[in-house]
Amino acid sequence: MSALGFAAQLLEILAALALAPLFLGWVNQCRAWLQSRRGPGLLQPYRTLHKLFNKDSVLAERASPLFRAAPYLVFGCMTLACGIVPTLSTELPLSPAADAIALVGLFALARVFVSLAAMDIGTAFGSLGARREMLVGFLAEPALLMVLFTTALISDSTSLTTIVRTLSAREVGIQPSLALAAVALVMVALAENARVPVDNPATHLELTMIHEALVLEYSGRHLALMEWAAALKLFAYACIGIALFVPWGVAGAHAPLALLAALPLLLAKLALGGFLLALLETLSAKMRIFRVPEFLGMAFMLAVIAMLVNLLLGAPGR
Amino acid sequence: MSGLALQFINLLAALLLLLAFAMLAQRRILSLIHLYTMQGVVLVAATAAMGYVSHQPHLYVSAGLTLALKVFLIPWLLHRVIDRLNVRWDIETLINIPTTLIVGIVLVIFAFNLAQPISELSASVARGTLGIALACVLLSLMMMITRSKAVPQVIGFLALENGLFFAATAATYGMPMVVELGIALDVLVGILILGVFLFQIRQQFDSLDIRHLEKLKDE
Repeated sequence: MSALGFAAQLLEILAALALAPLFLGWVNQCRAWLQSRRGPGLLQPYRTLHKLFNKDSVLAERASPLFRAAPYLVFGCMTLACGIVPTLSTELPLSPAADAIALVGLFALARVFVSLAAMDIGTAFGSLGARREMLVGFLAEPALLMVLFTTALISDSTSLTTIVRTLSAREVGIQPSLALAAVALVMVALAENARVPVDNPATHLELTMIHEALVLEYSGRHLALMEWAAALKLFAYACIGIALFVPWGVAGAHAPLALLAALPLLLAKLALGGFLLALLETLSAKMRIFRVPEFLGMAFMLAVIAMLVNLLLGAPGR
Repeated sequence: MSGLALQFINLLAALLLLLAFAMLAQRRILSLIHLYTMQGVVLVAATAAMGYVSHQPHLYVSAGLTLALKVFLIPWLLHRVIDRLNVRWDIETLINIPTTLIVGIVLVIFAFNLAQPISELSASVARGTLGIALACVLLSLMMMITRSKAVPQVIGFLALENGLFFAATAATYGMPMVVELGIALDVLVGILILGVFLFQIRQQFDSLDIRHLEKLKDE
């Protein structure tokens, strides 16, 4: 475990914490541009977080300790998730602690706590949101696992750093299995991060909301942490996509200079990815909640086909 | 260079499989025809790429034939049929779509396993795609089984022929020219006859639900 590894790990977590709200702001800004609006500006998520951190937190009378602990737990889960996805360097001291399966587990843990906290107060919206979140989650998780398994099959390991190292060392070529897996991951990411075809993050219309219903009872610093965690989750998904499907430019084990070059490259990839996400959101209409299982079933099927195609056609780039 | 072309063929094969699944999940007849057209385009590209890799000029001819027939003529005929019958929108499925998709995945696994020993016998460069071709055939067959209206069944039949054509190209660099021309003509005549048949069904029963055909008694 070298000092460089620690530096890379620290840089990665700090970058995730700092960039996640910016990424969210960028996506919202792109969406506003695409819809011919002016948009709130890139820094709006920071301003919102700052405002929320300075406000008093109001708790419901019957709130249990779980309700108060949940934001910290969720925030911790998302930070760790961002920490173990190799975006800047493949030498990460934290990565032996959690592989691809544990990453999915982290997301699941956060989901369980958000849902429990939402049901804790006992309002109708909270339990409605929790149920919907679970409906989305139990279908999205297997699909995400299958996507990760497809890449794990190519690199013979479920460790994320090994996967990224193998994939970035591969020669540039067309791989049908990876293309299918990428589409599946985009679908899962849309569902998991409450983006447009599944949920509208800007809405407060009670019949359609998922994410907003979950955090409805939170205020002040708790809400700030929840929103920051949501931004981190979106960032983590973007990073998973980048790490698995466009991994070129990630620094290797003993390359301090490559680490410096990796950051601007990551920013460029994120900017492009955010723009594409906004484009996708603008082009699609929100679907009925009962169509969501079908949407996610499709994602799962795509991921399974990706794995099967990978087994059948082999991995030519290996 | 041929390595890249081979990867391209593999990508097209995966796309073909994806389109077969998309057809299985599709609820609208009009989109079904668009998907069929797209399948035709992929087939043309795959056949041409195969011809390039294997240096078999007759594959270009069959690619051209596929282009004329499956991308232009048959979709045009289908569009005309559904315009005349005024059935552009919904499709009734006998099993709900998520279940169909799961059964589809099982079929794909079955096809891949089935094709494994066969493809080892083949000398073609793209023999790995044989499993995908077989899966496409089975999926189209399933589409024919799970749809209750006549037009989607016809499209399922056409998609099945696409799968068979791809299987032939993948395993043996295409069939002899005479056979290929014969099949192309067969499909064309088949779609014409089925078109007439559709009008007859409609006239007889006032709907295109083929369940009416199960009643064999004169009333």
